[in-house]
Amino acid sequence: MATKHYPTPMLDVLEEGEWPSFISGFKALRDNHPSERIRNTINSLLGQLEHSYETRMGYWKGGTISVFGYGGGIIPRFSEIGHMFPDSKEFHTLRVQPPAGNYYTTDMLRQLADSWEKWGSGLQTFHGQTGNIMFIGADSKNYQPFFDEINEYGWDLGGAGPCVRTGMSCVGSARCEMSNCNEQAIHRHLLNTFTDDVHRPALPYKFKFKVSGCPNDCQNSIERSDFAVIGTWRDDIKIDQAEVKNAIMKKAAEIGKEGDRSAGRHYMFDNVISRCPTGAMKLNEDDTLVIDNSNCVRCMHCLNVMPKALHVGDDKGVTILMGGKRTLKIGDLMGTVVVPFMKLETADDYERLVEMAQNVIDFWAENGLEHERCGEMIERIGLVNFLEGVGIDPDPNMIKQPRNISYVRMDGWDEAAQAWFNRKRAEKSAA
Amino acid sequence: MAAPKMREPIESGCPDGFQYMHPVMRRNYGQWLYHEDPRPGVLLHVARSGEKIWTVRAGTQRILDVFTLRKLMDIGDQFAEGYVRFTIRSNIEFMVADGAKVEPLVKALEDAGFPVGGTRNSVTSMAHTQGWLHCDIPGTDASGVVKAMMDELIGEFKSWNMPNRVHMTTSCCQINCGGQGDIAINIQHVKPPKINHALVGNICERPSVVARCPVAAIRPAMVDGKPSLEVDEKKCICCGACYPPCPPMQINDHQYTQLAIWIGGNHSNARGKPTFQRLVAAGIPNNPPRWPEATAIVKKILQCYKEGARDWERMNEWVERIGWPRFFEVTGLPFTKYHIDNWRGARNNLNSSTHIRF
Repeated sequence: MATKHYPTPMLDVLEEGEWPSFISGFKALRDNHPSERIRNTINSLLGQLEHSYETRMGYWKGGTISVFGYGGGIIPRFSEIGHMFPDSKEFHTLRVQPPAGNYYTTDMLRQLADSWEKWGSGLQTFHGQTGNIMFIGADSKNYQPFFDEINEYGWDLGGAGPCVRTGMSCVGSARCEMSNCNEQAIHRHLLNTFTDDVHRPALPYKFKFKVSGCPNDCQNSIERSDFAVIGTWRDDIKIDQAEVKNAIMKKAAEIGKEGDRSAGRHYMFDNVISRCPTGAMKLNEDDTLVIDNSNCVRCMHCLNVMPKALHVGDDKGVTILMGGKRTLKIGDLMGTVVVPFMKLETADDYERLVEMAQNVIDFWAENGLEHERCGEMIERIGLVNFLEGVGIDPDPNMIKQPRNISYVRMDGWDEAAQAWFNRKRAEKSAA
Repeated sequence: MAAPKMREPIESGCPDGFQYMHPVMRRNYGQWLYHEDPRPGVLLHVARSGEKIWTVRAGTQRILDVFTLRKLMDIGDQFAEGYVRFTIRSNIEFMVADGAKVEPLVKALEDAGFPVGGTRNSVTSMAHTQGWLHCDIPGTDASGVVKAMMDELIGEFKSWNMPNRVHMTTSCCQINCGGQGDIAINIQHVKPPKINHALVGNICERPSVVARCPVAAIRPAMVDGKPSLEVDEKKCICCGACYPPCPPMQINDHQYTQLAIWIGGNHSNARGKPTFQRLVAAGIPNNPPRWPEATAIVKKILQCYKEGARDWERMNEWVERIGWPRFFEVTGLPFTKYHIDNWRGARNNLNSSTHIRF
């Protein structure tokens, strides 16, 4: 029996225009899907969404559900107006962990679509803001069999609630010449060490890992993760001088001055040389480029403008920043440099990275207040207490500038200075 | 009756990404040399081995139905090579090793209604949250705002007319899951929560709610003989942080839940250090289904940026160069007392110099 469609005059307006319309997609499911369950669910969902558009209010409430053996990974949703729109009154989202870099084959996405269609609403998102595949809309009896089915062929739930959350990584070494690290390995080493903390929320609040292959930070890791791993390099930027010359002539052509070397040089001065944040670049008369690498801060700008002429160095590793987060509760915080540079090549290197993450999470789990992000805890106790808690030595790369106020107790100065000299000596003899 | 036997989960965690990568990408992992941008929405990466991979990027509606997902997969099989990925702004990317496939693939995507673009100095698709469709605390929709705005900005998605890339975000509450953006369209509540005192005692863990308030404006109280919570409305900043742990403290309102626009959030370290976005406009009605007032302001800001910024300047760098007074002048947006920061560290946001443009 055909169900009566809820009228959707406001949503209908969102079918107009050129950008792909989610409403048209919903209606296709409502009208053409072979499953009566899906047709009815989406009809009901459209009815509730239209009601939200009319009243400008949301009508979902949370709850506590998870799959057998886990404590999180599902966002429970029960409708507050289920009596009006009964066929979508339970509409839970399953958060599923994607691979680092969000790679899929078409076959795998079809397989996931087939499973989801069998049990859920037929709506999904690649990806949510935390980084999960969001399978949106399973009722209370169907989320478990859907999970069981996809879990059998390699997919696991991500985090939801006060736990280690699903990680995110940029496209990385798989396709980007700017990458300085193995995002796939970093991401899986970190996340899969904390599988228990992903599935069973027991931390003060959420904890996010994000990995970017270079300081362009396409993954927004400094601003949006508690533990940001960013690829970088220590040796010199590699310069292909012939390509520098080509880039100058190519730029001239692009700005409509084909063959005009002086116009190309002009563009380079305005857009590369003078934009270097530390004034570390010089373009000679003969169009050769010189870089003062000791003052290069690896900002990436010149490489972005001339990807053929300039390349990242060979002595690669990562910088780690901790404590980034969004607004709630004390305001937005960026991550702070905690590890200026570390190599990530050997199994021991990776073990050190994982151990550091474990120390940080353990320290925060013990010292963070309820609903306090790691960065908020650092703000409350001070970076020095945090460093001492996780066993990391202070480094001038951690600060923008030294303190400007004398109100601090400094009776441990001599020992601290001695520790610095000892560390420097040890580093020198190790080198 | 015995409980049914439940299946134990396989705690496999994050899956191996290599199995889903295009073979050319797998073979040249970490060995890429440079890239070119043949046209908007298309990238060409060249490896040290000489192998090449083309990427075609297309915008989607983000909330995909299985029909649309399968349509994209059909295109991926017929015109590409069966390998896809998604960007963090929910654009889909198809990777092909055969350059001859690029133009037919672009055509197939555009014929099917998926705009090709979003690379380099374009306005790429907006990062958005769940909104009325699925969130438990939404002040607005998210998918709808994106659809309405991208309909107006699709030309900028498909071209390279901007000084540098433009990342836009929306958030449907003040927790701001949408993140930082060159332009962010976020919820701003302007009245304190309305409290249903009959329910607070039963539903909310009161000490947690008190602790959640960023300005300590909530305290326990007995109301009509029942344990409840009260809000010091003079202190309340209307952020809605109390609403998730305590749904009877309703913050959303059809009139007093509004939109604010923030600009200059930039996650990249290129040239300058990463920056947070800054308030530029508020008091914007939350006006579904097309939010025309918010869209008009966004378009105005983009137009001024496009006309005024130099090549490679992101939104924040343009404003830093021309100064905030000129930003308000060229955009015609009002500057108010609400733009002046009073949160912790606020004085770092004030001008303690004579650097003034006349």
